[in-house]
Amino acid sequence: MTPSVVAMSVIFGIVLLGSLVGFGAGAGRKMNLEEWSVAGRSFGVVFMWLLMAGEIYTTFAFLGASGWAYSRGGPALYIMAYITLGYVVSFYILPLIWEMGRAHGLQTQSDFFEKRYASKYLALLVSVVGVLFVIPYLQIQLTGLGIIVQVASFDHIPRATSMLIAAALVASFVYFGGIRAVAWVSVVKDALMILAAVSIGVYVPMHYFGGVGPLFRAIEQTHPSHLTMPGATRNMGHAWFISTVLLSSCGFYMWPHTFGAAFTAKSGHVLRRNAIVTPLYTISLAFIFIAGFAALLLVPGLSNGDMSLLMLARKTFPAWFLGVIGGAGALTAMVPAAIILLTASTLFAKNVYRPLFAPAMTDDNVAMLAKVMVLVLSLTSFYLALHSSTTLVALLLLGYAGVTQFFPGVLLGLFWSRVTAAGVVTGLITGLGMVAALVLTHRDPFHGVNAGFVALCINFTVTLFVSKSTRAQPNGLAIPTEG
Amino acid sequence: MQRPSAPAVALGLIPFAGMCFSVPLWDRVHPMVFGLPFNLFWLILWIVLTSGCMALANRIEERRRSAAPSKQKGSGPTA
Repeated sequence: MTPSVVAMSVIFGIVLLGSLVGFGAGAGRKMNLEEWSVAGRSFGVVFMWLLMAGEIYTTFAFLGASGWAYSRGGPALYIMAYITLGYVVSFYILPLIWEMGRAHGLQTQSDFFEKRYASKYLALLVSVVGVLFVIPYLQIQLTGLGIIVQVASFDHIPRATSMLIAAALVASFVYFGGIRAVAWVSVVKDALMILAAVSIGVYVPMHYFGGVGPLFRAIEQTHPSHLTMPGATRNMGHAWFISTVLLSSCGFYMWPHTFGAAFTAKSGHVLRRNAIVTPLYTISLAFIFIAGFAALLLVPGLSNGDMSLLMLARKTFPAWFLGVIGGAGALTAMVPAAIILLTASTLFAKNVYRPLFAPAMTDDNVAMLAKVMVLVLSLTSFYLALHSSTTLVALLLLGYAGVTQFFPGVLLGLFWSRVTAAGVVTGLITGLGMVAALVLTHRDPFHGVNAGFVALCINFTVTLFVSKSTRAQPNGLAIPTEG
Repeated sequence: MQRPSAPAVALGLIPFAGMCFSVPLWDRVHPMVFGLPFNLFWLILWIVLTSGCMALANRIEERRRSAAPSKQKGSGPTA
């Protein structure tokens, strides 16, 4: 057997195993909208951890983080900081969101805005923007899958074919399994990903350099400025780091799917515990960075940094182990893609289509439409992934710049009684306008500061100012205070 | 619904100081620790410290909750 056949068979076996675990979990349960999208609000600490780790440690962390360590150097460290700090933010806001979710039967992010601000227009705006900005996130996962198959097949299988297969698999997986299936596949995925990360991050420096220390000393010799900021970039210095970390950690739970995950918890307590335990998982990123830095010396000159981790694995390990790493990578792309598809399609059916076109629709019909949307969204992102060449991190940064504009509406909605729908709508529109203006004119970073962060500050100011100058409105999510 | 208390919020600001605002102080290669550049080592250290800060904030919140009588209590130790 040729190495490509061996590697591809292993990858295929792992994906199949993962899918079977997922299908098995969904079997035998009555699939109404509540079960399919929030698993009947039944997840405890362990499942919650799996689901959240499942959606955070995506192919972005796997290929994108090593890709940036390879191509940019120091600035890649922002990823480690923002994920950890994102959990810190979650500690203070998610339990409150969960409590409101239980009291008012919320299932999506848009439900939250609709109930809090008593505004159908705001809810609609939030849904449309949410669905729009998860598309780059979905595109990341499909692009990642394409890279994996391309490298593991030793360039025999064209990227387009592999992405189409992946899109079909993810869609059918979501269609039949629902969110419970996704959490179960995370078990397989996380175990494999840690194995892959540690084996590359430990074995590679030992094998080629005799340890981590000699590896970094060698990089310091050949690329003296690579390991600190701005690394190999011109404009990603400390101001960029601070603004990007602030933006991304505030935006961490503003994605429709991460926000929605809060509703699957059994109690607010579970979410607090989650914020204590999960940051530790971020340490595994250190191994991924080490792999990216090592690739700089061992497989230099790649045009696409996102390929560096896999090219390094291909150079170092036998074909079957390349297959294991590729399989881990494939699942890290499929699991988040499934979660995103599930959330975005529910959001579209329940919060965009039903209020606009068919107010009389039953929940069962909404569930059906959501499943159709799964297919539509998979095909859309497949099309986009096919026709774009941006790096994985750049795509993620664009998504964050967009979804973080929800943050003022969520934060002030939770903690400030004076905030109004008019304030949030104008703030959100101004923020998104700023993002579009700065990104489309290629002014990100803006004077060394992340453009999305600039927009977020303006958004906050506008929201505060307009809220103050409009009439106070009642809090639709108020819960009678106990004790 | 209870807002987080002031001490719990203060504990949450510590990791931001350590990992984000202080970046000019720790973004350098030397001294290397365990063979890692200092900035990478510093972030790993702060991941652990962050987890500690959150555990402490959680204890404060839980104590406050059990002080309020009608509030649900945490369901024993979990992983």
